[in-house]
Amino acid sequence: MTALVRLQGIRRDFRVGDQVVHALDGIDLTVEAGEYLAVTGPSGSGKSTLLNVIGLLDRPTAGRYELRGEDVTLLSDEQQAAVRNRTIGFVFQFFHLVPRLTAQENVELPMLLAGIAPEERAERAASVLDRLGLADRRHHRPDQLSGGQRQRVAIARATVMQPALILADEPTGNLDTHSGAEVIGILEQLNDEGITLIVVTHDTGIAGRARRRVHIVDGAIQSDQARDPAHGETG
Amino acid sequence: MARPGDVAAFALGALRGYRLRTLLMLVAMGIGVAAVVVLTALGEGARRYVADSFASLGTHLLIVLPGRAETRGGVPTTLMGETPRDLTLDDARALLRSRHIRRIAPISVGGSVVSWRARQRDSLVLGTSADFLAIRRWSMRRGRFLPRGELDAAEPVCVIGETVRRELFGVTPALGRWLRIGEYRFRVIGILSPTGRSIGVDTGELVIIPVASAQAIFNNPSLFRIIVEARSREDIPRAKADIIRIIRERHQGEEDVTVVTQDAVLATFDRIFRALTLAVGGIAAISLGVAGILIMNVMLVAVTQRRPEIGLLKALGAAPRTILLLFLTEAALLSSAGAGLGLVVGQAGSWAVRLGFPVLPAHAPWWASLAGVLVAVGTGTLFSLLPARRAARLDPVAALARR
Repeated sequence: MTALVRLQGIRRDFRVGDQVVHALDGIDLTVEAGEYLAVTGPSGSGKSTLLNVIGLLDRPTAGRYELRGEDVTLLSDEQQAAVRNRTIGFVFQFFHLVPRLTAQENVELPMLLAGIAPEERAERAASVLDRLGLADRRHHRPDQLSGGQRQRVAIARATVMQPALILADEPTGNLDTHSGAEVIGILEQLNDEGITLIVVTHDTGIAGRARRRVHIVDGAIQSDQARDPAHGETG
Repeated sequence: MARPGDVAAFALGALRGYRLRTLLMLVAMGIGVAAVVVLTALGEGARRYVADSFASLGTHLLIVLPGRAETRGGVPTTLMGETPRDLTLDDARALLRSRHIRRIAPISVGGSVVSWRARQRDSLVLGTSADFLAIRRWSMRRGRFLPRGELDAAEPVCVIGETVRRELFGVTPALGRWLRIGEYRFRVIGILSPTGRSIGVDTGELVIIPVASAQAIFNNPSLFRIIVEARSREDIPRAKADIIRIIRERHQGEEDVTVVTQDAVLATFDRIFRALTLAVGGIAAISLGVAGILIMNVMLVAVTQRRPEIGLLKALGAAPRTILLLFLTEAALLSSAGAGLGLVVGQAGSWAVRLGFPVLPAHAPWWASLAGVLVAVGTGTLFSLLPARRAARLDPVAALARR
């Protein structure tokens, strides 16, 4: 079976003034479907850049990236957008909900972009929100929601297209301990249902929960260890 | 790809989300379009004012003036050194030989003191014939117009305007009274209806008598002019040719009259006012260009303001094309609404002008309103292309980064 994500020699250089910074310096990484991966590392180590490359938000300077066996670096911007829409769900530290839209409308956004009919959108968004315990918050706008509720809306939005992969960048970074634990619980539950989960975090407590932990320093993988080898690989 | 209805709804939602910005742009567009509508309405109103004035003169008219002038519809001027032959009643009568001419009215005018009992006033005395009433499309308020008969019958009858009647007779019935004009006495047989405007003449001030009588009073056998009505619009050029031919025959081969067609004069005025309308419309359209640039600036600010939203949409799978479409739709909706607003304000403004100046039929021509709206929507959308492209090309990583 082909891996969900296969990175080979991925480099990402940034030019800062007359210096070239290697944010990613030859990353080789394979993630199988259904894995639960934590990416850790100090600030500026390149872990967010790695997540952006995997999420097709950023193009690597060099290297090969296969998503489900397809070399996605060769795709056009329009094609990459379609892949993001169908295959990848994002959860951000700052939630990134559109402030003027209600919870339900925010959740409907990826479906709107996919051209799904309004009736179906409403139905699916309602059912996802319902599952995340936000049934009574559907018509609230983000400023009427707590931080934990906002992140749950964001998770609902990330999952409503039933993606293969969820990328979470510091999903608890802006939440209190209780809400953070709740959010992590939801993400892990989604992972149990088969969605591949990659979490970038500098919270060792959260990183310790993942079944596989990749530590990055200066744009290179310093360690890649399974917490429990028995569960490390599936398929 | 997102559905068109959803794109429109999303753009509308964004417009509602930034009310001040939306309002400012609506006002900018509205002022531009309203300016186009009102200014062209004024230009068109002026044009129609002149056109209506000519129309009230009667239709397919030709005016024969003594003296030859090199002119095409302008004001005739006698050529230097040439003394024109008189235009006589016989000349006028001869014109009726042309089968392209329906009727004629010779005109002889002068000022004279008009009096009844102790009251007197200076008045314009116009000598003409029975057909004059029909040619000028005037009507009688009371009594009848000059009697039909030989042109050189100097009957002592007169028709007076409403102002003359009021000032001389007041509440006394005027019909049948004898009016003194200069050294002669004329019986009042009719009173003219006050007509609206009519080029250069206030019908109320007139005293009309048979042309032969006028020639006697003013002691001048030459006519001031002859008004000729052609049988139809198509007959005008042939009528003109006939007039010149007939007069030349009678004047020993000298072509010493000028024939002015009403059409030529009207066409000249028409051209002038159309050019004027276009010019003011064009100037107003510049304000639409300014509004377009304003829209571009505000949209650029909006793109900067909404970077996180754009980044998010990209992360959720919006293609650059979709982002472009979203912002262009926003601009198009905005400029359409602004144009609609401007159209309403402009029509209201034109209406106010008509209310304030009833003589000016200030209706914006449909093409000007259409052009105003199209230019508004066009510039609004066009000038948003740059900001929309900037949004579409935004790097999602940078856009999502909170700084």
